[in-house]
Amino acid sequence: MSVLAHESEEELPAWSFPTSAGESSLLPSDWPDRVTREWAWGGATGAGVRVCVLDSGIELDHPLVGTVERSVAVSKDGSEITIADDTAGDLCGHGTACAGIIRSLAPECELTSVRVLGAGYTGSAPVLLAGLEWAIEQGFEIINMSLSTTKKQYVDRLHELADAAYFKRTLLIASAHNMPVESFPWRFAAVISVGSHEAPDPFVVYANPRPPVEFFARGLNVDVAWLGGATINATGNSFATPHVAGICALILGKHRDLTPFQVKSVLHLTALNVGGGA
Amino acid sequence: MTDLRAAVAAGVLGVEEGYRALLRATVDVARAIFHAKASSVFLLDEDADELVFEAVAGGGSESLVGRRFPSSTGVAGWVLVTRQPLVIDDLAQDARFSRDAAESTGYVPRSLMAVPLLVEDRVLGVLEVLDRPNVEPFTLAEMDLLGLLGNQAAIALDLLQRARRARAALNGEGELARFAARLEHASEERQAAGLDLLRALEELLD
Repeated sequence: MSVLAHESEEELPAWSFPTSAGESSLLPSDWPDRVTREWAWGGATGAGVRVCVLDSGIELDHPLVGTVERSVAVSKDGSEITIADDTAGDLCGHGTACAGIIRSLAPECELTSVRVLGAGYTGSAPVLLAGLEWAIEQGFEIINMSLSTTKKQYVDRLHELADAAYFKRTLLIASAHNMPVESFPWRFAAVISVGSHEAPDPFVVYANPRPPVEFFARGLNVDVAWLGGATINATGNSFATPHVAGICALILGKHRDLTPFQVKSVLHLTALNVGGGA
Repeated sequence: MTDLRAAVAAGVLGVEEGYRALLRATVDVARAIFHAKASSVFLLDEDADELVFEAVAGGGSESLVGRRFPSSTGVAGWVLVTRQPLVIDDLAQDARFSRDAAESTGYVPRSLMAVPLLVEDRVLGVLEVLDRPNVEPFTLAEMDLLGLLGNQAAIALDLLQRARRARAALNGEGELARFAARLEHASEERQAAGLDLLRALEELLD
């Protein structure tokens, strides 16, 4: 079933809010007057939150990654796209790096790998879209996308998927571009887009007053997991993105019912430059 | 028509060499700015779905130019497919890092910076800078500089590919070249009719 079909499953009327329903149902009951980091994720471990890493795969048994709940690979043969369980691990190291960062912040979250690299360049965009659609169908709370495409013919479909995820309460967290090009999906308002700041604190997030990049997280000289059980030092928005994914896993682990809009609001209110450093 | 074709040919053949030199100059600058041991530009060959060494400065040298590997291999492949620049250090720790590609070049780097070469919505290849000295921590300003160099390399690579396509057309490898050859040898009246047709086509395409 297409992930877009969910809209028709809603009870009618879908687009109105009867005043008799009251004013209370929109916020979690414990939403405080002032959102602090302590309220947002103090004591949280990410337990029960399912995080998907859409990337080059995740190396199995890497000490910095730990258990990977499931690994699938998306492949393309002619026009046929297949999604199958996979044991080949990581083709590059990058997905392992992202998974290790998420694990370091949210030690008890569940990690799933969807490998969308390996179909060559020409198959890359359809494979990416198929992997994303599959991940949204699986109902992950968080999908980490440290990647983007510039291919305009896929933008509409990617946009539909980003909106579908948003309304299904799946957070898409995507790397922004630090080059003067238009790429996607990070430019969509329904995703959380992430660039890098220079501070070494993994919990420091800055809100950007001048979007489309909405948040900055640690992305400079980060020690990350890599192939062969190794650790390397890496820089790039690719590594800032899983920092935000990890923090969101903590927030959702502690406050299960938040919508993507509310999680984004919590990120904003706890950003260091908004006064949420406490 | 013959004169025109000769003039176009002279221009195309000359500029191709110039664009190659520009690309080579870009990797030389990349290597110098980052005090790196080597820098390379890989061109994406979409038909073969492979990356090809197009320009090389430093370790590895010109003998690498023309070497190929699959377009989703290792870090260069990841950067190509995801459009995301990357900087990574201490690759030597990683037993499996791009081993096939690295060994085929006879050169296994300790550190690597890689940036996708983008022109509009197309990705043309990857710029890599290998083994910069690891004495100072990397900065976001250097990341921006890498992006700017990548932009310059992308423009050079785009021009080079355009020149190659133009040369292929002039060499009779395309329909347009055959059409031009027919026009050259046609009578004056038919030449005029042919040119009218071309102008009409041009309007249609606008």
